[in-house]
Amino acid sequence: MAQIAFPRLDDGVLRRRDTILEGLAKILPRECLIADESGRLAFETDALTAYRRLPLAVALPRSTAEVARVLRFCRDEKVNVVPRGAGTSLSGGAIPQEDAIVVALTKMNRILEVNLADRFARVEAGVTNLAISEAVGPEGFFYAPDPSSQLACTIGGNVAMNSGGAHCLKYGVTTNNLLGVRFVTLDGEILDVGGPAADAAGYDLLGLICGSEGQLGVVTEATVRLIRSAEGARPVLFGFDTVEDASRCVTAIIGAGIVPVAMEYMDRPAIHICENFAHAGYPLDVEAMLIIEVEGGETEMQALLARISAIARAHNVRTVRESMSAMESAQIWKGRKSAFGATGRVADYICMDGTVPIGQLPEALRRTGEICASYGLRVANVFHAGDGNMHPLILYNVNDPAEAAKAEAAGADILAMCVELGGCLTGEHGVGIEKRELMTRQFTAVEIEQQKRVRAVFDPEGRLNPAKVFPLGERAA
Amino acid sequence: MKVVLTPESEREAANMIRVACAGGVRLDILGGDTRSGLGRPRSAERELSSAALAGIVFYAPAEMTLCARAGTTIQAIEAAIAQHHHILPFEPMRPQALWGASAEPTIGGMVATNHSGPRRVSAGAVRDGVLGLRLVNGLGEAIQCGGRVMKNVTGLDLTKLNCGADGTLGFLTEATIKLAPKPEIEQTLAVARLDEARAIGAMTHALGSPFGIGAAAWLPAGMGAGVSRALLRLEGFEDSVRYRAGRLTELLGEFGDIQPLAGAESSALWLAIRDAKFLAEPRDRAVWRVSLAPSEAPAFVGRLAGTARAHYLDWGGGLVWLATDESEVAAAEVRRSLAPSRGHATLMRARDELRKSVAVFQPPSELELRISRGLKASFDPGGVLNFGRIYPGV
Repeated sequence: MAQIAFPRLDDGVLRRRDTILEGLAKILPRECLIADESGRLAFETDALTAYRRLPLAVALPRSTAEVARVLRFCRDEKVNVVPRGAGTSLSGGAIPQEDAIVVALTKMNRILEVNLADRFARVEAGVTNLAISEAVGPEGFFYAPDPSSQLACTIGGNVAMNSGGAHCLKYGVTTNNLLGVRFVTLDGEILDVGGPAADAAGYDLLGLICGSEGQLGVVTEATVRLIRSAEGARPVLFGFDTVEDASRCVTAIIGAGIVPVAMEYMDRPAIHICENFAHAGYPLDVEAMLIIEVEGGETEMQALLARISAIARAHNVRTVRESMSAMESAQIWKGRKSAFGATGRVADYICMDGTVPIGQLPEALRRTGEICASYGLRVANVFHAGDGNMHPLILYNVNDPAEAAKAEAAGADILAMCVELGGCLTGEHGVGIEKRELMTRQFTAVEIEQQKRVRAVFDPEGRLNPAKVFPLGERAA
Repeated sequence: MKVVLTPESEREAANMIRVACAGGVRLDILGGDTRSGLGRPRSAERELSSAALAGIVFYAPAEMTLCARAGTTIQAIEAAIAQHHHILPFEPMRPQALWGASAEPTIGGMVATNHSGPRRVSAGAVRDGVLGLRLVNGLGEAIQCGGRVMKNVTGLDLTKLNCGADGTLGFLTEATIKLAPKPEIEQTLAVARLDEARAIGAMTHALGSPFGIGAAAWLPAGMGAGVSRALLRLEGFEDSVRYRAGRLTELLGEFGDIQPLAGAESSALWLAIRDAKFLAEPRDRAVWRVSLAPSEAPAFVGRLAGTARAHYLDWGGGLVWLATDESEVAAAEVRRSLAPSRGHATLMRARDELRKSVAVFQPPSELELRISRGLKASFDPGGVLNFGRIYPGV
């Protein structure tokens, strides 16, 4: 599958490869530089594994000062830079090219400061998402955004992509939980944006940097908000005979003034795939399923679940399974959390990430099914219903180029449909290389130019994470 | 009289800005004209008003989402969403008391200033609740930023960049906002007779508990009562609020006597905190809004002892509202006292002369200023919109 184009390589940089490597070796210790091919292979792709390009070299800086030195060097040598965390991007956000240097932040993995009184933690960019919650968990605190890849993905990558997760319905996405960053510009200048105080001074650079996909600079530290965990959390599982009933139940719960921690949706194919894999006890005779989690004290949870169950009954719920124990809660979540892995055992898949206004969910689901059927492909839907962030998994065979092309085309049609229904191309995975050419579906040429001018304030030559986010146009090879 | 341009559509606004840009004319932007005392003093020969760009574009109660034109008043929006028991989650400040305005503030001004109220500490700022914006940049181009869904990482987040940009990057024409359910009840727990340090201890203890504090403030003696009070607001379904109030009362017992306040008494107090009513008089005092980590607030206030005429705390101690003499000396003292903290201060109210001679917003580093100028130029290369409102040249 080679639908996505890459820009023409810079021959001058390729010719100067040895000189560039020598220069890097002068500013980085040997263990922080990877030049040999076998070492570079580990950095040729991310979680969009259908695309692989070997970088010129990989820098593994250990400090903000080293990042600054590498960036200044790359600017002077006119070499492109691809920042990288753990390489879990589903949109190809960390895929390099032969004329680019990967700057991987994985050696910067220290937690620098934990302040529970002011409820923040300051960590280096290479710290994993889960490591933050694990560090403060014993004290009863956690870091809220929880992408599925949270065991591996780094906070630097989360900032670059403004990552979300299942529990964002109540607590917001990365940008709502980020208080500050230390940020290195391509000129090698170091900027501290925000910090423990709420609402940073001046323009909201923090809001601009978050989700900028590594195109404005390299984030080397993040200050994140810590939240006190609730006394308890409990999921309930609902099975429905129709997609419409399940979707309407979601809007009715929100309409009743209830904001659960999470509201996850699975359709029949997803239920079967996950149940076969995880044996979570999911009902196999329903068309759609919701996992809704509430939290609080025992009496609060019971009261909330009673309200939610009453709404579900009014929407013809067929199966109700309320967790009675921690073990049962874990089991209910196990199936959902293994959805991507379980699907991967059944077939190859691409995971879309469009968002629609939740009132449009029934329509969006119906049209997703029609689009995939029109290409002769199967689809499983498992996603965050409470915020309309859909994740259709389009199943295909990666070894069949024709089918792979169909899967990509179906995905593009689905995203265009999301935009048409008032939503957007990507809710939490980022544009990367994957959805770059679809940007014109959501934005006018004037709007894209405005965004590019903002980017140019930081990086006039477009060296940082090139060929991502914005349509390639004439730069395609 | 200044010339006031009042476009009735986004297209008309774009034309006016294009003409201004071509003619090298600067425009000061007005919404309800209730915060005209904010920022560096106005200097443009013409004003561009959103007054005729009013009205709700759509309200989707089942999605808890509303889109309104920029000149719609906050009052009109709150009236409309009250029908479905919705609220603006970030509790936007009303500027009338502080600046002595009589008109109603607009949603455009709310977004442009990002002035969030007490619920900021639990529900986020205005910038967290804005899902999308439409604006006209300084070239007269209409730009859509963001959209109408909560999760959206498509392209650069120009929505956040324009929240709190004081209209220097674009003339806002529309905003789409995420709403929240109106809490069934609210209850405030008042812990009496605590100094700042002890009050911050109590608020930190409460905010670090699992009992869902919606807002936390401290008022000294003389503001609303004869004694100082730490105030903790709980909101939600009645059964939940009762449960949490009970647990918190146990938890905070060591801090002193706890009195519950409810109903009108509780809500009036929080409106006064939100709008800085306690500092509105006397009117010849400068008023500052200082944001910092709560644990750093007592030391900051201590350093200012000779300069502060009055002050109180919101956001669990993370926001210091402060009144000083209206002088350059006092302004310098505020900046000097804040320097050891990782925070920032905004001169919210002072006469034009003072706002011209001292920094209104936290002085930026050389790099921040360079980036800010670059961003200004990327939206408004001719310097048409609110020129120099934040920093000289920005």
